[in-house]
Amino acid sequence: MVDISEELIATLKKKAVTLRKHIIRMTHNAQSGHPGGSMSAADIVTALYFHVLRVDPKNPTWPDRDRFVLSKGHACPVWYAALAERGFFPVEELLTFRKLNSRLQGHPELGTTPGVENAAGAEGQGLSFSVGLALAARMDHKPWRVYCILGDGEQDVGQTWEAAMASSKYGLDNLTAFIDRNGIQQEGRTEDIMPLEPLAEKWEAFNWHVLTIDGHDFRQILAAIEEAHRTKGRPTAVISRTVKGKGVSFMENKIKYHGAATSDDELKLALAELEAQEAAI
Amino acid sequence: MTAGPWKMESQRSYFGKALIALGRRNPNVVVVGADTTESIKTIDFGKSFPDRFFQLGIAEPNMISVAAGLAAAGKIAFAATYSVFGSAHTYNVIRQNVAYTNLNVKIFCSHAGLTVGPDGATHQMNEDIALMRGIPRMTVLVPADGPETAKCVDAAAAMKGPIYCRFSRTNVPTITSPDDDFAIGRARVIRDGSDVTLIGCGLMVARCLEAADSLKRAGIKARVINLSTVKPLDTATIDRAARETGGIVTAEEHTVVHGIGAAIASAIAANHPVPVAMVGVQDVFGESGEADELLRKYGLTAEKIVDGAHDVMKRRGQGR
Ligand SMILES: Cc1ncc(C[n+]2csc(CCOP(=O)(O)OP(=O)(O)O)c2C)c(N)n1
Ligand SMILES: [Mg+2]
Repeated sequence: MVDISEELIATLKKKAVTLRKHIIRMTHNAQSGHPGGSMSAADIVTALYFHVLRVDPKNPTWPDRDRFVLSKGHACPVWYAALAERGFFPVEELLTFRKLNSRLQGHPELGTTPGVENAAGAEGQGLSFSVGLALAARMDHKPWRVYCILGDGEQDVGQTWEAAMASSKYGLDNLTAFIDRNGIQQEGRTEDIMPLEPLAEKWEAFNWHVLTIDGHDFRQILAAIEEAHRTKGRPTAVISRTVKGKGVSFMENKIKYHGAATSDDELKLALAELEAQEAAI
Repeated sequence: MTAGPWKMESQRSYFGKALIALGRRNPNVVVVGADTTESIKTIDFGKSFPDRFFQLGIAEPNMISVAAGLAAAGKIAFAATYSVFGSAHTYNVIRQNVAYTNLNVKIFCSHAGLTVGPDGATHQMNEDIALMRGIPRMTVLVPADGPETAKCVDAAAAMKGPIYCRFSRTNVPTITSPDDDFAIGRARVIRDGSDVTLIGCGLMVARCLEAADSLKRAGIKARVINLSTVKPLDTATIDRAARETGGIVTAEEHTVVHGIGAAIASAIAANHPVPVAMVGVQDVFGESGEADELLRKYGLTAEKIVDGAHDVMKRRGQGR
């Protein structure tokens, strides 16, 4: 088992709340963007950027860095927030999100935003891109690893499964995929739009090592990453049960907040809730 | 340069061999394929460099994104298949993962145009130039023959950024020589003339030369240009041709909708407008048949280029 201190957990929890506050402010300020899927992924992204990833904010293109790929690019507020908090660019820049002349595009652009590793927006391409990265690391005998976050709606995309097959063909044990299983896509519940279950069995059938965790429990997230590191000869899929809009009661599990920003009044309520959570840690 | 007799050679063979030679010189070169590797001759690269070759099955979107990931990690990634799959079938993957990212992905596609032959319209990709030249940051190459295809491979590897290169399944006349200089972005005047200009790409360059011969017999001196780079367009060479010859005929094994004719017409419209005639597929799908039969039925012949030359010269003479 992984030895994880209470202190580390508390630090990560605080950081995740900070990211959620950024997400709310950024999307409110832009009056657009996708808060729901950004909030559901916030704990996984926090665990990666503030405990796992070997990256260097001073040298974002350091060749031996671990690679983080956000396949569900619409959730980039959480990525930008993590990168800013990690020191890749000033936190103040977050409020330029979705504005003219900003480095923080509505969906991730490679080469513009320090720390961003892939372009995404059209769903379904990120896992394939991760396969290419993982193959390159293996070819060059490099220890860096690739972590990719996919949406559950994104499981509808055929290319996701093309990539799943290729990953297991090449036994990419340096690749870990997190599936943000928040149960909601753009227009409804995943099981109504296009049923996914049994999802774990699907990934198993594609020859992946599969774990199912609570995607808001840092112990489980970190343990899953440890297990992925120990798993040889196969990529690991971590099906992470999450709540879309997690952290703000009136946004949780609401289809609406997939792609809707908060109003001025909602902004105050949301920030108050998040601050209360922060204080309680 | 005069027309023929020419050796008929396979662009795919030149492609496959050039790739191996490149692989030997540059350990950073990798190749991905999609269950067409034997046909398109990348399998030989795979045999020479098994750990730099990835067979990804009938999954072209994945193939393109994997190539992009490899490129993002510093590789020069060649993705090769048939042009219908390597362009239309993967269009938005190329757009988002290759062009928007400006990565070193080199998409080399055989089986472009009507001359795919008996496989019919599903496989005859007459719209790929249109698709690819519309994407920002994309470079589009159409080599005229085998030796030029080999040069495209080397030039693509030397250039930073995404490239789409399309060529034919059928053997084509070898009209260039390995010693000819070649550069991405440069149209090559392969025959001088002052009365009219014939601009072709791919296997239509040879037909432009044949057309120039027959025009010569009628006392018309036609300039011939090999447009092996469609994008970025060599507007200097094209403008000069427009100014000096006063009329242009374009010839492509591709739809005239948004093909090289359209690219050239819009360039000269902005600079030095002259009459243009476009020889190409007239906004229709192809059908099964042998390559030569199809070229004839769909009007991709030297005769049509000659007709086009007479047409632009007549229109030019009419003035306003
Ligand atoms: C190929 C493609 N089709 C449609 C869309 C529009 N779209 C944006 S997000 C989304 C739903 C995403 O759902 P999911 O993957 O579950 O994301 P999450 O719930 O984590 O936000 C859709 C349909 C898209 N981005 N890409
Ligand atoms: Mg979802």
